[in-house]
Amino acid sequence: MKHLLTTADLSYADALSILDTADQMASVSSRSVKKLPALRGRTVVNLFFEDSTRTRISFETAAKRLSADVINFSAKGSSVSKGESLKDTAQTLMAMSADAVVIRHGASGAPQQLASSGWIDAAVVNAGDGKHEHPTQALLDAMTLRRVRARREDRPSTGMDLEGMHVVIVGDVLHSRVARSNVWLLNTLGARVTFVAPPTLLPVGMGHWPCEVSYDLDEVLAQRPDAVMMLRLQSERMNAAFFPSEQEYTRAWGLTPERVAALDAMDAPTVIMHPGPMNRGLEISSEAADSPRSTVLAQVANGVSVRMAVLFLLLSGDESTPSLSDN
Amino acid sequence: MSSFLISTVSPEGSDPVDLLIVDGVIQAVGEPGSLETPDDVTVVDGTGLIALPGLVDMHTHLRQPGHEDAETVDTGTRAAAKGGYTAVFAMANSKPVADTAGVVEQVWQLGQDAGWADVHPVGAVTVGLEGQQLSEIRAMAESRAQVRMFSDDGKCVHDPVLMRRALEYVKSFDGLVAQHAQEPRLTEGAQMNEGVVSAELGLTGWPAVAEEAIIARDVLLAQHVNSRLHICHLSTKGSVEIVRWAKERGINVTAEVTPHHLLLTEELVRTFDPVYKVNPPLRTDEDVMALREAVVDGTIDVIGTDHAPHTIEDKESEWSCAAMGMTGLETALSVVQKTLVDTGMIDWSTVARITSRRPSEILRLRDQGGALEAGAPANITLWNPAGETPVNPETHVSKGRNSPYKGMPLPGSVSATFYRGHPVVLDGELNSPLSS
Ligand SMILES: [Zn+2]
Repeated sequence: MKHLLTTADLSYADALSILDTADQMASVSSRSVKKLPALRGRTVVNLFFEDSTRTRISFETAAKRLSADVINFSAKGSSVSKGESLKDTAQTLMAMSADAVVIRHGASGAPQQLASSGWIDAAVVNAGDGKHEHPTQALLDAMTLRRVRARREDRPSTGMDLEGMHVVIVGDVLHSRVARSNVWLLNTLGARVTFVAPPTLLPVGMGHWPCEVSYDLDEVLAQRPDAVMMLRLQSERMNAAFFPSEQEYTRAWGLTPERVAALDAMDAPTVIMHPGPMNRGLEISSEAADSPRSTVLAQVANGVSVRMAVLFLLLSGDESTPSLSDN
Repeated sequence: MSSFLISTVSPEGSDPVDLLIVDGVIQAVGEPGSLETPDDVTVVDGTGLIALPGLVDMHTHLRQPGHEDAETVDTGTRAAAKGGYTAVFAMANSKPVADTAGVVEQVWQLGQDAGWADVHPVGAVTVGLEGQQLSEIRAMAESRAQVRMFSDDGKCVHDPVLMRRALEYVKSFDGLVAQHAQEPRLTEGAQMNEGVVSAELGLTGWPAVAEEAIIARDVLLAQHVNSRLHICHLSTKGSVEIVRWAKERGINVTAEVTPHHLLLTEELVRTFDPVYKVNPPLRTDEDVMALREAVVDGTIDVIGTDHAPHTIEDKESEWSCAAMGMTGLETALSVVQKTLVDTGMIDWSTVARITSRRPSEILRLRDQGGALEAGAPANITLWNPAGETPVNPETHVSKGRNSPYKGMPLPGSVSATFYRGHPVVLDGELNSPLSS
């Protein structure tokens, strides 16, 4: 693995290797000294063309826990729309001899262009590109699901996949990079995926995706899925006639208190996931977000572990058994 | 006095002949070795070459005035000559827009001065291509440029009333309106064909229906007002079906396809290399096959390059910021050979029809697209169908380096281009322009 650009081309073995490494990283994070010397002397650049404090802090924390030097490079507001800046920025980064570039960009494909352009030699990690992919989000979701399963089956998560788990992803699939990264990775790991959305928020041309599609959230929740993941609804969708009103959206596709109560009533095992930031009262109610079913905080913590694992595996080269010792 | 004897050349793929050009005109055609020639004749060995009437491109972006960093009339017509073209139609989306007699005369004059090929300016249908108000169509028609084709290409004349009026208005001088069929609301922010690939890549889709809905409307308008409509760059199977239906009903519509839509598909967008970003977008394999069939059955009349050079800055950026368009003049005939001739779908006389004869008929050109026979103006392309060379955009004479065929082996090459009897291309290289 030279880069992490998509989950679509992530192999089963690589996915498990990242998740297993992430579990080890999680144990580091639970110690009093939360730091490993693994990437001492290496430079990780956070190249953010789009605001995302949460993702940037998560990557920054991950890199620092591995003792890497971190440079935060916010390119937002520069002449991105004029083009050029991606190439210019890449060449600047090369001059800083970055070992890894974590890139968040509003344009689908920008990380792939950076990785394949020859402008730069560093490992490229996609931290979210346009409506395309957000692979570390899918990996942290998979890590969260694996831990749910390990706890439920009372066995270690190492080497475990998601075979047989049923994951329901609800909301704006059309504009969601989280949904795209999740459908490929969950499928690779053996989970069954159901998308639930209004037809206006499902992409034309997704007929061959490895998932089921439903327009009826209640019917799908009645199947007692292992997890329901609520996608964030961007406010600009409201004005573009994707649905008539917020109220109607929430009634049909929101995780309302009534729906949480229905899950409780049938004693469903369903955990509630959200990639954040949440629109409380829109796609998810406070009752759902704060219920014991919610894994939202675990997802944030797992995000750091997964990103540590990714940076570690990309930067430790071909070593088949990465060393995680404290020296 | 200049004369050229093209020896043992195959006219449109038929039995070899000798072809004598004297003072810009084909003076005689005869069996090899049978012609009497002037003493100072220059002999061009045509063995193994196919002679075609000089190619005519109904769809070229020469970028001048206003975007001379991307292309000029001079560099664009050099590229045309290199690609075997002896006439090009320069689209109106320059800066200023070609919406007045002044601008079209300027472009026409630049073409005359350059001397590489005939340059026919296309006039804008609406002022500034803004789709609000008809431009001074008649003034452009009566100018020295004698504009006959009007188009807002790059943008669609989407207002149905304006489109109707334009179709009606051009009837007074036997003109035609060339539509860039793209329903604007259905293509807001569109980045690529809407379908399987756009769903995966998360790029905003440009649905086939946005093209087809406009074509369906416009063929009905053309029928209603009994005028001439030309559809630029058909890109979908559905568009083919609508045009076929319209032609069966006797509607006066003609249609164009670009070389890139005959060869390339949306799968290339997976690279996120903006060289593949074009409008209308690359479509699916099924569309490509339908477009090829439509050329064979005559539903599609002409090949138009939609040669759209861009600067490196405008192309070397994130996909969603990159300019739309590809160069095409210097690769068009190779792509036609690869997709239609080498596949056994058409012969060389059909190539002559779709690249020269038919466009000349549609545009009422008297000195282009004629048969290769005595008395005809000597606009002749000598094509060597043998061999295959990987495309290297760095060697193109266009200023544009945005060729989607970069590195792809393509068959054939232009050996010579005679423009009004003068070899603007000889031995596969630019020679000299026709002095005015
Ligand atoms: Zn166009």
